[in-house]
Amino acid sequence: MARQRTPEGPPPPPAVQKLRIRYAKRGRLRFSSTRDFSRALERALRRAGVPMAFSAGFHPHPLISYANAAPTGTASEAEYLEIRLAERVAPEAVRDALDEALPDGLDVLEVREAAPGALADRLEASEWEVRLRGVRPPQVEPALAAYLALERAETTRVVKSGPRTFDTREPVLDLRVAGVGEDGCAILRMVVRHTTPSVRPDDILTALRAVTGLAPPVPPLVTRLAQGPLRPDRAGVADPLATDEEVVGPEG
Amino acid sequence: MPGESVFPALEPLLEQVSKPIQYVGGELNSTVKPWEVAGDETVRWALMYPDAYEVGVPNQGVMILYEVLNERPDALAERTYAVWPDLEALMREHGVPQFTVDGHRPVGDFDVFGLSFSTELGYTNMLTALDLAGIPLHAADRDDSHPVVVAGGHAAFNPEPVAHFLDAAIIGDGEEAVLAVTDIVGDWKREGRPGGREELLLRLARTGGVYVPRFYDVTYLPDGRIQRVAPNRPGVPWRVSKHTVMDLDAWPYPKQPLVPLAESVHERMSVEIFRGCTRGCRFCQAGMITRPVRERSITGIGEMVEQGLAATGFEEVGLLSLSSADHSEIADVTKGLADRYEGTNTGLSLPSTRVDAFNIDLANELTRNGRRSGLTFAPEGGSERIRKVINKMVSEEDLIRTVAAAYGAGWRQVKLYFMCGLPTETDEDVLQIAELAKKVIETGREVSGRRDIRCTVSIGGFVPKPHTPFQWAAQLGADETDARLEKLRDAIRSDKRYGRSIGFRYHDGKPGVVEGLLSRGDRRVGRVIEAVWRGGGRFDGWSEHFSYDRWVAAAEQALDDEPVDLAWYTTREREESEVLPWDHIDSGLDKEWLWQDWLDALDETEVEDCRWTPCFDCGVCPQMGTEIEIGPTGKTLLPLTVLGSGRERMAEHAH
Ligand code: B12
Ligand code: SF4
Repeated sequence: MARQRTPEGPPPPPAVQKLRIRYAKRGRLRFSSTRDFSRALERALRRAGVPMAFSAGFHPHPLISYANAAPTGTASEAEYLEIRLAERVAPEAVRDALDEALPDGLDVLEVREAAPGALADRLEASEWEVRLRGVRPPQVEPALAAYLALERAETTRVVKSGPRTFDTREPVLDLRVAGVGEDGCAILRMVVRHTTPSVRPDDILTALRAVTGLAPPVPPLVTRLAQGPLRPDRAGVADPLATDEEVVGPEG
Repeated sequence: MPGESVFPALEPLLEQVSKPIQYVGGELNSTVKPWEVAGDETVRWALMYPDAYEVGVPNQGVMILYEVLNERPDALAERTYAVWPDLEALMREHGVPQFTVDGHRPVGDFDVFGLSFSTELGYTNMLTALDLAGIPLHAADRDDSHPVVVAGGHAAFNPEPVAHFLDAAIIGDGEEAVLAVTDIVGDWKREGRPGGREELLLRLARTGGVYVPRFYDVTYLPDGRIQRVAPNRPGVPWRVSKHTVMDLDAWPYPKQPLVPLAESVHERMSVEIFRGCTRGCRFCQAGMITRPVRERSITGIGEMVEQGLAATGFEEVGLLSLSSADHSEIADVTKGLADRYEGTNTGLSLPSTRVDAFNIDLANELTRNGRRSGLTFAPEGGSERIRKVINKMVSEEDLIRTVAAAYGAGWRQVKLYFMCGLPTETDEDVLQIAELAKKVIETGREVSGRRDIRCTVSIGGFVPKPHTPFQWAAQLGADETDARLEKLRDAIRSDKRYGRSIGFRYHDGKPGVVEGLLSRGDRRVGRVIEAVWRGGGRFDGWSEHFSYDRWVAAAEQALDDEPVDLAWYTTREREESEVLPWDHIDSGLDKEWLWQDWLDALDETEVEDCRWTPCFDCGVCPQMGTEIEIGPTGKTLLPLTVLGSGRERMAEHAH
């Protein structure tokens, strides 16, 4: 067995603070993937001079954990991550500095000091907006009704391990036409519970197409509006950082 | 409206292609200027690196020119890259033209379309871009509404194979040249475009620093060789000169390096620490055409690293040049930088390492804070004899001593680069590589006392290049190259004691033959390129897209009525008297000196480096009015508060 060369010098300083960050992925930057984002974030943290805590070892990396990122091509107003710091900082100042260091379209919205409890556990469901470009509300409404009347609506998506077939209907808690775009297109709103494998709006649209033949002429524009704990009425989600604020206070 | 964004039409297509992020732009430090930034007379450049975004976006040349041009109030520059076949098909289907990633403006709307060719394998991608942009492929078919298509970069030192597709080529350093072209285009536009396109090209050609192929006639001898290349307009010079930037400290670009969101092949910031190289390796076009050596000063380097890191947030800085260890103050530079950035997780790297012990010290310094995985050396030739032929002055003893030092310092993996098919080479010379690798492992095991050390032999076919002493040489054919490489592989694999510790990586001979055709081709080769492109050829630098058979078939068909063929361009040795297709492109090198160096190569006679020994009269300095610019300056890098200067602002209760 190879002996491991150990890095010289003292071990990295321990983490003393954990921050939770909500950010948005807007406009053309919806085409960025999770990997693209994480590279941009690490560089922005360095540029902004955020005193990150690092892992030990030969390739020390900043301690960042991502939660449930939206797929490539999907815009979002509610993406979350956590960072650990080696020095205590003011969350508001990190928000400003980091937002400035990230490209326009990757916008930091909120930074809060973390209270105990895992963030991932609080992300129970998402609210989505889907702009069906080229489709008018009267064309969609009967299709939605037909879909909602079903018990199950399966779809197949190719994941890393190969094609996988799963039900899309059960996690859908709400699905309706919520408005009309300037161009007359139907704007859907969906509330979808997080499951494994996760059911995404495009899975629901694929199932919808299979069931009802609804086929938009142009790919729809999908935006995650919010994610968090399910509200008791199950028609929407609450702010997942609200507890952090209650426990730690707004100033962090 | 010209200059209008095509993004609305493009966006739905991006949903259907792989890695859409590469087409959206918005990189940190990118610039989008208003189309009319200086009114109608604004000079607008579209700059292209004709390869995939991931290869093109980190390219220094384009980044520099982009910034230099955008700093000018009366100009704007945007970037465009080769689109992958999936998007190309959709763009054709939906009528979306070749666009810039900055403003998503149609390339055809710009005044100048500048292409950067570091390699010839980008030629087919240029044709795709022209075609998608709605610009006629042949320069002769363009009118006043089309951009002026200009090539630059190392491959432009022989622009003949793409002469029919280009309006102009600019050779050498681009910083000052693009500004001069901008002046000329701006004046011409302000004057109301007198004489149209023809007049503009004449004005460019008459500067002596812009090659306009249409103003030169090429005639051929019955056997296919070139008879004469002559200007066909008054005032157009017989030979076109290369451009040389003398004071690198005056051009600290890129100041604001681009940081893409998408992953790229070069995930680090680069600072060019000098240009040029006079080691005189005879196979090396880059070394020959970028003479003389011009260093950036140690303080200039320090400033660029500091500003660049602050502007990008990169974790690694590459100290670029053709032979970075040759900088007159490299030890102070690396030590100074390693001190400055100690404890910030900022890595330093040198792109290539010469074979000597000094480089191990440097490498140790660069990796002071961790990471000691692999070191790369380039002896290039397997036998002492062939290394004399190519003027790579390194003895076997040097090499063994160097690798011993590396393994002794804790490195586990050494990579050795070689070439196959060098002039005068025999199987014996190449088989020596196996012997060398075995000795490397043997020595490594001794000095490190371990058995898990490794050595990787990486080898590819040699391609003779214009403006080098080997420009007359016969290239080794693809089959012969492959046969020789196979023998070497067997010699390594069959060794029971060391074989398992030696990795073998090779590039087969076929792509090299096509590169050879494109490197030393003349105007007739343009037909081959066009035929390959029409037959679907794209992305020739990518093995999964490259098709040798398509090139062979296209060459046969396109050169059918000519006395020349693929072999004539590649495996044929040239005579001293032959007019070479690039003779009218003046790199400063004296053709007689090159010929003498070629004879010296055949004689196994070496030449010294003119930085440390008297000038050997290669011709460049007197011809170009340049001189060697090197240190030492005697300065050092002072400690500096680096990165994390935002910390105070962020500290808790600072407000
Ligand atoms: C960094 C680097 C890489 C990086 C980054 C490449 C990239 N995307 O830029 C990586 C590791 C990916 C790489 C890969 C390869 N590289 Co490399 N690389 C280099 C290196 C070290 C620096 C290049 C550089 O940035 N130069 C500095 C810039 C500023 O110079 P420039 O691009 O020439 O631009 C100037 C002028 O040419 C001009 N100009 C350029 N474009 C234009 C356009 C217009 C319109 C005008 C007017 C002017 C103009 O203006 C610029 C400013 O003055 C050079 C060595 C060197 N120091 O040059 C080797 C070098 C260029 N690479 C080389 C090779 C062989 C390769 C590979 C083919 C290796 C391989 N077998 O895979 C690949 C090819 C990749 C590709 N498809 O391009 C050779 C080229 C050999 C030759 N032509 O004789 C070089 C010279 C190294 C050598 N000594 O052999 N490389
Ligand atoms: S050391 Fe040799 S190979 Fe390297 S750039 Fe100089 S001349 Fe070229």
